[in-house]
Amino acid sequence: MAEKGYVEITIDGQTVQAQEGEKILWAALDAGIEIPHLCAIREAHPPLGTCRLCFVEVEGEGVVASCVEPVREGMVVHTDGERAKTLRRRAMELLLADHDLECKTCVKEGNCEFLQMAISMKVKKPKNLHPFPREELPVDDSHPLIIFDPNKCIRCGKCVWVCREKAELVPFDFVYKGYDMRLTTFLSRPLGETNCTGCGECVEVCPVAALYFRKA
Amino acid sequence: MAEELQEVLAPYPVERRYLLRILQGVQQKMGYISEEALEGVASHLKISPAEVYGVATFYNQFRFIPYGKHHIVACLGTACHAMGGQLILDAFERELDIKAGGITPDHGWSLDRVGCIGCCTKAPVVVINDVIHAKMSPFKVEEVLAGLGLEMRKEKEEEEAGEGESQ
Ligand code: FES
Ligand code: FES
Repeated sequence: MAEKGYVEITIDGQTVQAQEGEKILWAALDAGIEIPHLCAIREAHPPLGTCRLCFVEVEGEGVVASCVEPVREGMVVHTDGERAKTLRRRAMELLLADHDLECKTCVKEGNCEFLQMAISMKVKKPKNLHPFPREELPVDDSHPLIIFDPNKCIRCGKCVWVCREKAELVPFDFVYKGYDMRLTTFLSRPLGETNCTGCGECVEVCPVAALYFRKA
Repeated sequence: MAEELQEVLAPYPVERRYLLRILQGVQQKMGYISEEALEGVASHLKISPAEVYGVATFYNQFRFIPYGKHHIVACLGTACHAMGGQLILDAFERELDIKAGGITPDHGWSLDRVGCIGCCTKAPVVVINDVIHAKMSPFKVEEVLAGLGLEMRKEKEEEEAGEGESQ
């Protein structure tokens, strides 16, 4: 039996103790068991759950997003089940299909979290899936410190979350929905004209090169 | 404008849960939600204008441009689509020289597209100033517009061409 406030679950045959209410993903990572993830922020309640890379299988329950699903006493989790793996790969393929992957000319020079995750999942840009028909948007370099390239954005939402933690009034948010959903400022005005102080919290969490520091 | 906005805002306490109701109120009062209104709502509720913009654009019920003197709604529901609704919309876009969701510079005409207005047997359907026009064709588009006083582009072009000749 686990101590008070803790539950015992099994992940890939390994017995893991986790704090009550903890999400499967963090319980696994704490125990050294890898699960792909991009959008997860431990402190975010509710979790963002936007990238769908973290699917696992729970016996008797089916496939769940591990960053969203809390642990329960006696839970049996498999990270390498076929169904979860297929769904994770599919989610990554969809993200890649919609990303320009111009890593050679990218400021992050192929060194972004997103690409690293794709490589570690062994997923390549699919040839049979096409990007959403979106307009190429102008890169916003109006801010003295931060440059915003909306075309690189994978819409994970981490930047908005960290910004909201810190700033009273966020200078940007998601607008529209579906294919048209994107990150932008009020009326898509230049970032330099908003109240953004350039603290860079958003740059730190951006898994791609959508938000980055201006080179001095 | 500013006064009208204040009238809508006044009854609502400064709590973000009233955001949607306020936006609906603004639209009801003014027919659409202007940029100033979005900013006004944000400062009333003390929330970020970007957030208000995000919420407002999420919902199809909100419009951000005013209605023209004549408002045209082209149906692209399943039945109307199958019966060539897109051609009808194209015809309106061409004749008015605006895109769906747009308004002419003189505010005389605005154009929208919707999914099914509930009279599919009459497809393809358009609604102009709350009057239903059934079984439309691109030709009828010209007729209807001319009937409402739109100078047809073709005529205009011909006239212009004609003037050119006489000189
Ligand atoms: S990490 Fe779970 S959905 Fe992104
Ligand atoms: S599809 Fe146009 S009225 Fe139903």
